[in-house]
Amino acid sequence: MISILRSMWLTFLHVFHKTETVEYPEVKPYLAPRYRGRIVLTRDEEKNERCVACYLCAAACPVDCIALQAAEGENGRRYPEFFRINFSRCIFCGFCEEACPTYAIQLIPDFEMAEYDRQNMVYEKQHLLISGEGKYHGYNFYKNAGVDMGVKGKGEGHNEEKPVDLKELLP
Amino acid sequence: MSLEVNMVKIRIDGKYFEAKPEKNLLETCLSIGIDIPHFCFHPALGSVGACRLCAVKKFRDKDDTKGRIVMSCMEPVTEGLMISVEDPEVKAFRTSVLESLMTNHPHDCPVCDEGGECHLQDMTVMTGHNYRRYDFPKRTYNNQELGPFINHEMNRCIQCYRCVRFYRDYAGGKDLNVFASRNHVYFGRHEDGTLENEFSGNLVEVCPTGVFTDKTLKKHFTRKWDLTNAPSVCVHCSVGCNTIVSERYGSIRRIMSRYNGAVNGYFICDRGRFGYEFLNDEKRIKSVQIRSKKADSLQIIENEQLFTSLNNSELNSKKIVGIGSPRASLESNFALMSLVGKENFYHGISEREYSLTKTISGFFQHSGALIASLKQIEKADAILVLGEDLTNTAPMIALAIRQAARNVPNQEAKKKGIQLWNDAPVRELAQDSKSPVFIATLFKDSLDDVAEVTFHSSSEDIANLGFDIVSGLNNITTDSKTGKKDHQELAGKIAQILKNAKNPLIISGISSGDKAILHAAINIVTSLESVGSGVMMSMVLPDCNSMGLALLPGKSFQDLFILEESHRIDALIVLENDLYRRADEESVNKLFEKCDRVVVLDQLMNKTTQKADILLPAATFAESEGTIVNNEGRAQRFYKAVGNKTQVQESWRWIGELISNRDNNQTDKWNLLDDITESMAIELPLFSKLRKYSPDADFRMLNMKMPRQTIRYSGRTAINANISVSEAKLPQDPDSPLAFSMEGQNENPPSSMVPFYWTPGWNSVQAMYNYLDELDGRMKGGDPGLRLFEQSTGSKRDSLEYNNQKSEVRKNELKIVPVYQIFGSEELSAVSPSIIERIHEPFVFLNPKDSEFFHLSDEESVILEILNIKLNVKVKIENSIVPGQAGLSVNLPGMPYVDIPGTGKFHKL
Ligand code: SF4
Ligand code: SF4
Ligand code: SF4
Ligand code: SF4
Ligand code: FES
Repeated sequence: MISILRSMWLTFLHVFHKTETVEYPEVKPYLAPRYRGRIVLTRDEEKNERCVACYLCAAACPVDCIALQAAEGENGRRYPEFFRINFSRCIFCGFCEEACPTYAIQLIPDFEMAEYDRQNMVYEKQHLLISGEGKYHGYNFYKNAGVDMGVKGKGEGHNEEKPVDLKELLP
Repeated sequence: MSLEVNMVKIRIDGKYFEAKPEKNLLETCLSIGIDIPHFCFHPALGSVGACRLCAVKKFRDKDDTKGRIVMSCMEPVTEGLMISVEDPEVKAFRTSVLESLMTNHPHDCPVCDEGGECHLQDMTVMTGHNYRRYDFPKRTYNNQELGPFINHEMNRCIQCYRCVRFYRDYAGGKDLNVFASRNHVYFGRHEDGTLENEFSGNLVEVCPTGVFTDKTLKKHFTRKWDLTNAPSVCVHCSVGCNTIVSERYGSIRRIMSRYNGAVNGYFICDRGRFGYEFLNDEKRIKSVQIRSKKADSLQIIENEQLFTSLNNSELNSKKIVGIGSPRASLESNFALMSLVGKENFYHGISEREYSLTKTISGFFQHSGALIASLKQIEKADAILVLGEDLTNTAPMIALAIRQAARNVPNQEAKKKGIQLWNDAPVRELAQDSKSPVFIATLFKDSLDDVAEVTFHSSSEDIANLGFDIVSGLNNITTDSKTGKKDHQELAGKIAQILKNAKNPLIISGISSGDKAILHAAINIVTSLESVGSGVMMSMVLPDCNSMGLALLPGKSFQDLFILEESHRIDALIVLENDLYRRADEESVNKLFEKCDRVVVLDQLMNKTTQKADILLPAATFAESEGTIVNNEGRAQRFYKAVGNKTQVQESWRWIGELISNRDNNQTDKWNLLDDITESMAIELPLFSKLRKYSPDADFRMLNMKMPRQTIRYSGRTAINANISVSEAKLPQDPDSPLAFSMEGQNENPPSSMVPFYWTPGWNSVQAMYNYLDELDGRMKGGDPGLRLFEQSTGSKRDSLEYNNQKSEVRKNELKIVPVYQIFGSEELSAVSPSIIERIHEPFVFLNPKDSEFFHLSDEESVILEILNIKLNVKVKIENSIVPGQAGLSVNLPGMPYVDIPGTGKFHKL
């Protein structure tokens, strides 16, 4: 009996509290940058696609909703010929971002993706690719990797020596 | 056959094991299933102790607690050996070795095609090295352009030396080497250029890192974990190497070798590895096409329309003829034979090929001779090759001979107490000494460097040499066929050596097109058997299922040419065969004119398919299940890797439907592969063994089908989402116990049904070790494939006739012999873009004397006329071909059929 009265009293007190209702969609909530929402593909500082089509995100995805195909551009640069995410399956776990060695795939604080038709939840590369660097700035995979795929020459990357001269005889 | 070996007892981390003393410690541990990290050791290449990763601790005796670190790959297995793999000190040692190997490693895995199946990645995980402490600049290398097959990325090298040991020591290549010194060593060619060796593709699997990767895969790159795989058999020559064929998004991505201890072991040749691209070609026939009048063009139709438009009386009539194919499966040929009846079934090969193949298949079936498997070829201690250019007609046999050439020096090493796995001293001791290998061919072969004597001569001389060897073996000295003293001496010497050898091997085949050579080879085998020798033989045939076809009843299709004009054929059914490659254009055209309706089943558009009134899309080996019989009479089954439902289906299934339709049966004649296997077993007792070839379609492991995909197959819910977001049902495969799925049990599958290699911790091809009884030995559960011919002793045989007439060659004419090419002479692989880059223009080998006589210079284009067929060819001056004889490249794309050996003459352009 007492506890019921106590509950009613507490509920009554809420009448005088400041209201917590957010007038969404007029008022947008604050979402931290690390919020895991809609997935984007980013570009590097030279505005080139960051994704090198390594398939790691697809492999990491627990619901297998990422499919892509690697292709070779000029100078052998790897990029995804197509890149598809089926958002009707995606659980926004962020594993793909975690797995990505190039910071290409990123989850951003946007969750407004509702659709009437489930088919519209299938995003292709043109829907995913943004023009900026996203959350992580200043990283270009090709400058750190040993390969020469047209971005930098052999030995010009981060912490690399000039290519070995095979003819030299010095010990 | 294997000798009982004395096993010894060894102790590994406190547990006792039985081990074979002729193996090294690393092999032994890997065979038992104890994972020891390693790089430079490869079961086919032996040990050199270069990488220092395979360290274990060895203890002197029970009281020794300290022990010392040794390299397990360099450690012989001896009685009472005590080692520890798990000792903390040795584990730390291995980790630090790996760490130092990684100091210069590029940050490449995401763009490295080896990633996901990289032995280096596996070893890094296995040793536990996970954090880079070395913060100094990395060494870099420039890469080389190595041709259409192999991509080069030298930064990834860990200096294990496997590549050069395979390429130079094992495969006999000359143009890959190690350059520079100290920590700058470089593995590549002396300059950019195509890797010439015919087995270069194996570098992809041998190199434990991503230095050498598959360039054809690179163009449509897919990670191993995303591939849908199937156990398959190479269809590009008669050896029948076992392969793994892999698919993604409906197209075939690559071919890898599949281990078969009795056939190809770890390797395949480049034609087999890179020839697959024809599967994705635009010229593929994908739909049913039909024309109602001869003048119309082909129209695409639905399957149902086909059966309504087919005139049943046509298929019922007596005047229906089927032409089978040596590149179609046994089942498809059998189905066609069932449809048209035995008396109307013809083998779609030239008259010459037909009779020679029949000679071989007949001999194999009835003689009880010991027919060597590829593995047995490697064991031979004296070899005679008669008239077969093996590198081009059966590449893997050439590779096997290369290994056999080491057997005699290996015995020497054994006598000196050197174990055979100890590669460096064994080779050092052998120097240039080799087992006796005699190669008698029409012109040079890249195998010549292992030969003790090469004998390049005319086909008559080669056959005569063979017959003289027979005389030598039978101790008849009077009757020399060669009539030349030096030839006779050589024959005597070869006879002597073959007689004294324990396991001599005679290899011949039909590519020379010469009956006398074949008879000579067979007679040598017969004579050797009669003196009690353990002689083995091997015969090379032209196509992947030449043997299978030869074992079916049927006539040569050239019998059809001689039918009278008035004889009409109601329906001619051509099975996976371009008849214009089998006989001259005129005759084939005439044959088609005699037919009211032509039904063609094939995979690629060609001249024959253009003549079709009904064209049915036949599945390739990658899209179907079937059986082919290799040159030693081993029936092997391939399984499909592509599951998508299209109009393309197995030829035997098409024909089965035609039969049901004709007989107005509601149910298909053969629902499943097992059904047609059963029919075949009943009708042709030779094939009854096939019933137990492998588990039936309803075989299950843990109540599930076996997966074709790895557990990490990705993108299941997105691959088809662009078409429909609701996931479609998985493709079904009622014919086999394999599923188009990642679910199911993939541990220890039956040996004939290994779709891919993967075991925990082993993502690279090295995972294969866990599928073997012991390294380099049999697969668990026995090697796949069923031998159709039994060896038996005591069957008495007469020798074949000597019928070696010198062909008439007029003045101003030359004898023309065929020159086969590994790249180009085989129909399907010749469509692959990578192979096309390696195909030569049609050419003719000419001795310098002849070129002088005809006033022709090297590289000059000239018209060669053979039997009224004029060919535009390039002259190649070749010292190894004898004067009076010229070698014409055959079966190259665009070349018409020419019936050679024959005579020909030149016309200047
Ligand atoms: S993990 Fe990153 S780089 Fe790799 S395929 Fe995915 S998005 Fe591209
Ligand atoms: S060789 Fe292996 S470890 Fe090296 S970059 Fe390639 S996948 Fe990575
Ligand atoms: S290229 Fe490959 S096989 Fe050759 S030494 Fe380097 S890592 Fe070893
Ligand atoms: S040897 Fe013949 S069967 Fe073997 S891989 Fe080469 S082409 Fe294929
Ligand atoms: S495998 Fe033993 S040292 Fe390399």
